[in-house]
Amino acid sequence: MKHDIQKVRNIGISAHIDSGKTTLTERILFYTQRIHAIHDVKGKDGVGATMDSMELEKERGITIASAATFCQWRGHEINIIDTPGHVDFTIEVERSLRVLDGAILVLCAVGGVQSQSVTVDQQMKRYKVPCVAFVNKCDRSGANPRRVISQLREKLGHNAVAMQIPIGLEADFTGVIDLVSMKALYFDGPNGESIRETDIPANLLDQAQLERETLLDAASMFSDELMEAALNEEEIPAEMILSAVRAGTLTRELTPVFVGSAYKNKAVQPLLDGVIELLPCPLDVANEALDPKNDEQRVRLEADDAKPLVALAFKLEDGQYGQLTYVRVYQGSLTKGDTILNVRNGKKVKVGRVVRMHADQMEDIDKICAGYIGALFGVDCASGDTFVAPGTYLTMTSMFVPEPVISLAIVPKDHTAQINMSKALNRFCKEDPTFRTHVDEETHETIIEGMGELHIDVYVERMRREYQAEVATGQPRVAYRETITKKAEFNYTHKKQTGGAGQFGRIAGFMEPVNDADFAFENRITGGAIPTQFIPACEKGFRQCMAKGPMMEYPVTGIRIVIDDGASHSVDSSEMAFQAAARGAFRDAYTKAAPVIHEPIMKVAVETPTEFQGAVMGSLNQRRGIIVGTQEEGPSCAIEAQVPLAEMFGYSTALRSLTQGKAQFTMEFAAYRRVPAAVAEELKKKRAEEKKNVA
Amino acid sequence: MLPNRFANRSRQSAGESLNPACAPVIHIKERNFEMLKKDLILRNPLRLLGTESHEALPAGGFGAVLARAGVGKTALMVQLALNSLLRDQNVLHISLNDPVRKVSLWYEEVFRHIAAQYDDVQIRRLRESILTHRFIMTFQAGGFSVPVLQERLTEFAEQGIFIPRMVLIDGLPFDPSTHAMLLELKELAKSEDFHVWLSVRTHRRKNAAKQDLPAQFLPVADLFEAAIALMPEGNAIHIMALKGGTRDSNQPILLLDPASMLIKKA
Repeated sequence: MKHDIQKVRNIGISAHIDSGKTTLTERILFYTQRIHAIHDVKGKDGVGATMDSMELEKERGITIASAATFCQWRGHEINIIDTPGHVDFTIEVERSLRVLDGAILVLCAVGGVQSQSVTVDQQMKRYKVPCVAFVNKCDRSGANPRRVISQLREKLGHNAVAMQIPIGLEADFTGVIDLVSMKALYFDGPNGESIRETDIPANLLDQAQLERETLLDAASMFSDELMEAALNEEEIPAEMILSAVRAGTLTRELTPVFVGSAYKNKAVQPLLDGVIELLPCPLDVANEALDPKNDEQRVRLEADDAKPLVALAFKLEDGQYGQLTYVRVYQGSLTKGDTILNVRNGKKVKVGRVVRMHADQMEDIDKICAGYIGALFGVDCASGDTFVAPGTYLTMTSMFVPEPVISLAIVPKDHTAQINMSKALNRFCKEDPTFRTHVDEETHETIIEGMGELHIDVYVERMRREYQAEVATGQPRVAYRETITKKAEFNYTHKKQTGGAGQFGRIAGFMEPVNDADFAFENRITGGAIPTQFIPACEKGFRQCMAKGPMMEYPVTGIRIVIDDGASHSVDSSEMAFQAAARGAFRDAYTKAAPVIHEPIMKVAVETPTEFQGAVMGSLNQRRGIIVGTQEEGPSCAIEAQVPLAEMFGYSTALRSLTQGKAQFTMEFAAYRRVPAAVAEELKKKRAEEKKNVA
Repeated sequence: MLPNRFANRSRQSAGESLNPACAPVIHIKERNFEMLKKDLILRNPLRLLGTESHEALPAGGFGAVLARAGVGKTALMVQLALNSLLRDQNVLHISLNDPVRKVSLWYEEVFRHIAAQYDDVQIRRLRESILTHRFIMTFQAGGFSVPVLQERLTEFAEQGIFIPRMVLIDGLPFDPSTHAMLLELKELAKSEDFHVWLSVRTHRRKNAAKQDLPAQFLPVADLFEAAIALMPEGNAIHIMALKGGTRDSNQPILLLDPASMLIKKA
């Protein structure tokens, strides 16, 4: 592997559905000679038309959808990383975006900035991923790249500036004018592979000059040199413009826009030039790791081979030779034969095979250098794990994993589905720590748990598509919790005498609410009222009660138990007796401690055109939501609210019908809050009914 | 079980070590929720206007918070809001500079400082109880106008979402065109039955007495019933009524704790 890190680009291609992401990726791989023939998504044989792009990729045996595809362009190495298609606040999205240094935002020249483009853009904004925009499908009727650029400005708030203008549009689209070199580019040959450079057609010269002025205006904000040259009306070299545009792009203050038509093989090569000229190399991006020993403080990483290794496993794939783990090395290097440490579980791993993925094959390499992406074979780990050199202790992802807030019962349709389902669940749990699964003891159903309705939906859908596991799903359930609101005392004696050795134990003390812990236990016994060897048994007994609250059988949290008195018997006292005494004491005190139910509250953010603001707020209000505030930004408006998760089921459908599909929302867990009395009553009734049904 | 007197003692010492300033009123932790509210109202800077039990401003009334940049206009506005929220009155907080998240952070911050002085379980309850009475609205620069506000208020009323009794406007630039806008706003406030507090950013002035109204405020001063000025003085913020208020001139000067913007305890 060559070591010029300046010539590495780790990029993602993100787009709204059907704006040509697959076609563009295909063309990029063709022009970089990774694949040797172009097959259309909607080909004449009709195969492509009936299949979606994912399945098409499988059929073709290429790995466009694989985590990272490697290609080369003009001496630069480009890793195209798969960006998740679904939109949710999951750890997986975060991980994928972290691995990118830059992105191509593909927009349709007809559809413009569509809803998914907005979401994708928001995610990129959150992770500060610099991007270039590509206005695709300029050959389609109704294409209007100029409108798309103004939408980029208005809807996404980008400082978008055209790097090219199209020559002709719709059916007449023949090429592009490069505003930096001021040349017209045409793409000849059966696959547009030979580029013909000519002078700008006379009828477009004025427009091109005008657009170039706009480009220079915008770019000069990032370079004093360029500003001076422009003011003095000197000849401006292309490098000067490009370096100014690059400076703006890296800070996300400028978004260069390219135009073309991937399907018609036009202007994909200049886009690739743009990627290597304008998007950052790993050195340009500041990467940080967390120090778990030091309150997760941020530590700056340097893309230097000589430093100790820090690498992130960002995706797992099942291949014919076992698990393939994609890693990005942020610092140091990962060499074949090295021993590395998995920070999550502290296990040492020996690196066996190190490979680099191409479109249709893999290549064995000796080491992965800092800033590069590669894959490991035969390393058992979960997605999101950090690997470090022994002696270093840093993690790329926070060790804090939120508790799931929603659960759903799934039942496989047949025996094959059951086998596939267990395979799938095993894999998903490894990939995503916020996704969990268990078998319900009472109903014997498989329960999956996650961070939201969409999160779970995505996995059920993946089970069907990727693992052919047909499952029936039950109603989603909210993860309620129980807690107490006041202090209560207990003094409980467990006594049993049924022949043979009896059981005796007395425990006294109190329970009280705490905010900062789920469970705390304190022993204040003096004078050996309860012998020391039985204290752990007491704690165990109390802990057992936390799993299922006496009120509604939800998990209990936020309780501190203090024991300060008790009694034992020299013969009849045992660990079992004290465990039973603790359980009895818990039950006794719990009812006196004014128990309440807590429910997960979600932070909901809705983005809607201003005209639907009232309706959307009304809908949130109806769902027991508290509206925190509204933020008006030109024609659109963002509403922030806190809504109980229980009320958010089916909200996406409701919102769509309310706003003609123009609004979208995101949701993330905020806190647990007390359920209002009326709702708690209803829950109790429901629970009682369910119990009756099970019985 | 530990005898009660010991429990009390240990609690007391914990309170003392937490905040020596409130040592004389340590039993506040045992006070109930309503008492906490009352105490906070008593320490609210609005007392300056001599109106701790009633509204400082009538419906349609305007109040101004004047200060230089960075002295604490927004924090004081949050305190003013809190004063109404504690009385279960709805407050609409309009910010023309900051996003919703940042405005919420201001409230969180003020709560955090209050929580350090009081029992945090009560404070948490308080925070939850006032959340329903607060609404934050932010506009991008230039997006705010009285007709837009009126439209939103009508929508809120129709949907039964929110009817404000107090409106805070933070970040409105004061220039010659502001007078007309404020007149319009006053009409709206009268008809919708709310009063308005606005923040006014002032500039450093030479040769001006402390009591003088700043130049950019003068053209609109006739529309305001009250004006409070904030001035940093050492470790505290000096708060002064420039207009309105019934405070006896012999009363000692009020100082605010710059962290919580509550009246500093003696």
